Amino acid sequence: MKKLVSLLMALTLVFACVGCGALNGGSSEAENTDAGTEAAGSAETEAEDVKSEGVMTYEEYAAAALDSEVVIEAYVQAKQSWWEDQATVYAQDKDGGYFLYNMACSEADYEKLTTGTKIKVTGFKAEWSGEVEIIDASFEIVDGNYVAEPEDVTSLLGSDDLINHQNKFVSFKGMTVEAAGQDGSGNDVAFLYNWDGSGQDGDDLYFNVSLDGQTYTFTVESYLCDKTTDVYAAVKDLNIGDTVDMEGFLYWYEGVNPHITSVTVK
Amino acid sequence: MKTYKRLLSILALTAGCCTALTGCHGKEGLAAFEIPEEFDTSSEYEITFWAKNDTNKTQTDIYEKAIADFETLYPNITVNLRLYTDYGKIYNDVITNIATDTTPNVCITYPDHIATYLTGVNLVVPLEDLFSDEKYGFGGKDLPFDSPKTEEIIPQFLDECAFGGHYYALPYMRSTEACYINKTYVEALGYTLPDVLTWDFVWEVSEAAMAQDSDGNYLINGQKVLIPFIYKSTDNMMIQSLKQLNAGYSTETGEMLLFNDTTESLLYTIAEHAESGAFSTFKISSYPANFLNAGQCIFAVDSTAGATWMGSDAPLCDISPDKIAAFETTVMTIPQFDAANPKMISQGPSVCIFNKADPQEVLASWLFTQYLLTNDVQIAYSETEGYVPVTSKAQNSPEYLDYLSRCGEDNSTYYDIKIKAAGLLLDNVGNTFVTPVFNGSTSLRDAAGHLIETTVKSVNRGQTVDDAFIEKLYLDTLSLYRLDRQGGKNTPAASGKAELGALPITSVILLTSLAGTWILILFYLAFHAFKRRRNRQ
Repeated sequence: MKKLVSLLMALTLVFACVGCGALNGGSSEAENTDAGTEAAGSAETEAEDVKSEGVMTYEEYAAAALDSEVVIEAYVQAKQSWWEDQATVYAQDKDGGYFLYNMACSEADYEKLTTGTKIKVTGFKAEWSGEVEIIDASFEIVDGNYVAEPEDVTSLLGSDDLINHQNKFVSFKGMTVEAAGQDGSGNDVAFLYNWDGSGQDGDDLYFNVSLDGQTYTFTVESYLCDKTTDVYAAVKDLNIGDTVDMEGFLYWYEGVNPHITSVTVK
Repeated sequence: MKTYKRLLSILALTAGCCTALTGCHGKEGLAAFEIPEEFDTSSEYEITFWAKNDTNKTQTDIYEKAIADFETLYPNITVNLRLYTDYGKIYNDVITNIATDTTPNVCITYPDHIATYLTGVNLVVPLEDLFSDEKYGFGGKDLPFDSPKTEEIIPQFLDECAFGGHYYALPYMRSTEACYINKTYVEALGYTLPDVLTWDFVWEVSEAAMAQDSDGNYLINGQKVLIPFIYKSTDNMMIQSLKQLNAGYSTETGEMLLFNDTTESLLYTIAEHAESGAFSTFKISSYPANFLNAGQCIFAVDSTAGATWMGSDAPLCDISPDKIAAFETTVMTIPQFDAANPKMISQGPSVCIFNKADPQEVLASWLFTQYLLTNDVQIAYSETEGYVPVTSKAQNSPEYLDYLSRCGEDNSTYYDIKIKAAGLLLDNVGNTFVTPVFNGSTSLRDAAGHLIETTVKSVNRGQTVDDAFIEKLYLDTLSLYRLDRQGGKNTPAASGKAELGALPITSVILLTSLAGTWILILFYLAFHAFKRRRNRQ
């Protein structure tokens, strides 16, 4: 009898430890909601980018009216964020880019959206401050994989054609870092936390780069590339006058505002 | 004697098990904060301050200066600033950090959010005893700075921070919503702005502005784009409309009344104007300021704390200079249903203090929080946007009165739209209101906005807004925000109780194991008692 009681008490303690362990584990996971950055590297191309029945080509999507329902198939190129069962994702097929904003997505499914994953998305086409996106969307994973190579759009900067490449994974070559603003002492600085310097480490980074006398504002979007990423560190190390090559996604906010994912100082 | 020893061993082992179990399960909550007799100036205290700014460098500079000045007064306190630009993000991070016991010490927040924080035991410090503390309270004798007295905090603003019988926050800044109007276009359309802006007027002018030429250009601006009326915060739009119409939204006890016939009627009106393209929202289109400044909007409703972005000469602007239209801007109260009885929401940042194991650390947090209400901080911060200081001490100071009197002197510090927006609130403090705070009030607020956003989006997508649509919208919204399951009447914030749902499986196993152990212990004792009695016989 005594043995039985002792055994039960020991078991109780074991259950207690297991229970506590499970609870602690749960808490840690709940914290881990930051979007990981998935830099698109090498190209891994499917033989054919064939659309399923009832799925729009990029051309048809581009021609679709705002607020109309769209069905597309594309390949995840980067994940920007996940929160409360909504994911924001850059996707692309061989013809164009898509910005999938707050798409319905469980946390488990979000983990499955690795770079190159093919998804079929049903949602509504919308525009917000010039950025064309798909909202109120749902998706399913389908067979296929494609990682886009960055398309060099340097020569299109300042042209009306640039917007036709919106949301694509692109590159800019040989641009010069300009002053983004001034620090508290009035010295020129190469980047700012937030657009006006009102942020701090971990916030979006804004920096200016020029080409042929025109200056453009580029951003390291902190949800897409947080402060632990190489690009975040690279931009913080920029100096005015540096010549840089960059890759990123061609985002729009009241004009072109690329979300940069890599910077190389030449 | 031997039996007693055995009994004692069993009880000791059982007590040990129970202690292990309860210990494992962490805290029942911190002990309630008690004000220390003296603030310990011989020890070092490090506190974190999560602050919200409007993506405004001047505001962050003011926070940093306030911290530096405070640290000069209290060299043993270090304040670490973490900046946010979004109340929702602060709320989400606090919720996440409650689970890991890493809440900040001091946090800018909305009272609605505090109601959720209060589901933790003794998590947020009630402040009323601190207010009146002789040494460290408002105007306390041991304070090295010129603190306001309790009666110098605008009573209405302070009352907004009281719920569940306690003050859980201090107001930091106050704002309301305002309508920023392209007066040039209103008059070009043949209208004159009334003394008090009404919904009827706004809708009528907005529809009149929709006339286009054969090329699809709007006659009023000659552009292909025009959304005459854009509302930034649709939750405020619904809440204020219901208040103006004396219709239900929620009660002090947490009863949710949003889904009523007046709401339905408002949604029909909104749908009608969304259908014509005369109305849209921030979430659907973009910032009202961007459209207003481009001459693509006539009535832009946004916070008075967004005034520096409004108008042709706005000091802050997101659109390129070549897109800015030249027009005269007028700032008025939000549209009203009853011009004789205007009503508008009171909003703006408040500050709460999170409890910690060390009461001295909490006292340090209180000292810093109180420092944020000094004139230097209040006046400087209020001048960054259309905010007003929360103390009469600051509002009546010669420095602040001088600031107000210099309206329009330049397009930065004395930008006229900003100062007029602040003046609008100062003139209407008596017409402002806040919504009841309870566990679930944040979700209800979100739901109020969702009704409008979904209605407008649905119209844009060619859906018909009719009784069936509204019925489904109500049901979907109730479900989406879990209003059919949470909050409201049965979960008052003050009680500190939350709807926790079913027990996790681990808890069930533990409780079952405990119960089983106790049954066996009792059985064992009863068995031995029976055996002893038999042996004696």
